[in-house]
Amino acid sequence: MPVTELEIKNLTETARRIRHDIIDTTVWAGGAHIGGGLSIVEIMTILYFKYLNIDPAKPDWDDRDRVVLSKGHGGAGYAPVLANRGYFDRGELKEFNHFMSNFGMHLDSLKVKGVDVSTGSLGHGLSMAVGLALGARLQKKNWKTYCILGDGECNEGSVWEAAMSAAHFKVTNLITFVDRNRLMIDGTTAQIMSVEPFADKWRSFGFIVKEIDGHSYKELSEAIDSALEEKKSPVMIIAHTVKGKGVDFMENQVKWHYGSIDSELAEKAHASVDRS
Amino acid sequence: MAKEITGTTWTVYDANTMTQAEIYGSVLCELGDKYQNIVGLSADLAKSTKIGLFGDKFPERFFNVGIAEQNMFGIAAGLAKSGLLPFVSTMAAFTAMRGLEQVRTDICYQNLNVKMIATHGGVSFGAAGTTHHCTEDIAIMRALANMTVIVPADGIETAAAVRACIAHKGPVYIRIGRGFEPTFYKDENYGFEIGKAVTIQDGTDITLICCGITVLQAAEAAKILKESDGLSVRVINMHTLKPLDEEIILKALNETRRIITFEDHNIHGGLGSAVADVIAKSGKGCAFEKVGIPDCFCVVGYPEDLYCHYKLDSDSIVEKVREVMGKDFEEDESWEDEV
Repeated sequence: MPVTELEIKNLTETARRIRHDIIDTTVWAGGAHIGGGLSIVEIMTILYFKYLNIDPAKPDWDDRDRVVLSKGHGGAGYAPVLANRGYFDRGELKEFNHFMSNFGMHLDSLKVKGVDVSTGSLGHGLSMAVGLALGARLQKKNWKTYCILGDGECNEGSVWEAAMSAAHFKVTNLITFVDRNRLMIDGTTAQIMSVEPFADKWRSFGFIVKEIDGHSYKELSEAIDSALEEKKSPVMIIAHTVKGKGVDFMENQVKWHYGSIDSELAEKAHASVDRS
Repeated sequence: MAKEITGTTWTVYDANTMTQAEIYGSVLCELGDKYQNIVGLSADLAKSTKIGLFGDKFPERFFNVGIAEQNMFGIAAGLAKSGLLPFVSTMAAFTAMRGLEQVRTDICYQNLNVKMIATHGGVSFGAAGTTHHCTEDIAIMRALANMTVIVPADGIETAAAVRACIAHKGPVYIRIGRGFEPTFYKDENYGFEIGKAVTIQDGTDITLICCGITVLQAAEAAKILKESDGLSVRVINMHTLKPLDEEIILKALNETRRIITFEDHNIHGGLGSAVADVIAKSGKGCAFEKVGIPDCFCVVGYPEDLYCHYKLDSDSIVEKVREVMGKDFEEDESWEDEV
């Protein structure tokens, strides 16, 4: 269903709360992958607050839709989404990264409610998502699998093994995103290992590719709606995003892949989110 | 030709003429009828590993992912997460090394119900050379939390292990050979149980602890040693490397005070190392040796020649036992025997 103006207004407010929580989590954790956490907020928000067929009260419900955050370092961005969706109390985020906490930088599916698959080592998620989707198809289940890759992650050969198999097995109950924020740890994707021509790569591997603004609910909604109708080929939504989105001094800055913020910087970050 | 195989609902394999892998493939087909949630995966080795037999019978439940092991283990993890029971087969080298991170991080870390039947273990693919040998897998797999590691003695024990691993929740690595390894067991009625080693021959002078192809060789060596040397040799089939049957090792330690391990694996990190850990922890003295591939990449040759070269055949085992029995270790001045 296309996203309505009212939904956009609500999603925008939800995303704002999530960004505030990401900033707080970064402070509580002593440091976090904040840049790539902020870039996926709209993707995760529209999935968790509009599209996913889920019940936070029953995180293991058999017929729920599945999400694989293949860029597992997005954990500090993902956990606040789950908290806001009601999987657990946002106060639990105060333990992030602490001794014996259920929450580490890369979320553990056996410890964090709502996380379907443990990720963190790059290049693993799409294969597991293909497996989930094949499993659903084989068992004649209607649930969908959503997978979110990073663009730097696509340097990993295993991503392309998984891509080849998604097309070969005609996995159409899987919708894949790339968070195309163009930054890696050591520099830009263009400097470190170029992935272009990116869309053509996915097309040549058998995907239907949609390139959108990954911060636009309207474009995200159109892309997801059409992907849900696709019955012939797997769909790749290349979501062009801004790393550090919403916090002005972090936007498009390589150094904010992972960082710590003190209370003074946190205030500036919160203020920036309020202005955005 | 094979006699009737008891212990199964019907005869699904001909143990005398089938390889370990063929028996595995047949048993998996039988189990596929009973357990609709079993799915199979291979990486362009469906024929070599014999999981193709399952694929022929249940094509919709079988995924050949092409030559892409990392993807295969990742897909297996996803299938397990969806509620299915994946059996994954490729060579041991590509399971324990090429696909290792997926096996460790996707499967073991999430404690998923994935069964890995790795063929061509040890130097069983002899002439193929080091690229296709795997003398490191037991060490690697033992170090993975949540993993169960089984090295069956022969095809019949492979069948027993494959059946047993279905009821065993969590990841299981079953390492088998490649060729027409001779059969040790006559049937499956000896009470295979994961984590419970089998004393295949009792003895009081020395204990030989074995897994995989060395079980048959040690059993034959024990016969020779009894007839020609009058030695009472205990032979233990340590088919499960993890969890290890420590009790049976401690019993052997107390009762025979001499232990030798034999394995088609690097001497580091495998059966010998596992047994040595138990002996060391016990604080009790024991004449101990481990025999395996001596920390080198194996020479090329047919498996039977390689087993002789690396002293894993029955004649070499006889010689090794005589050597250890001849050691006057209890006369050592620094030896303080508390027992």
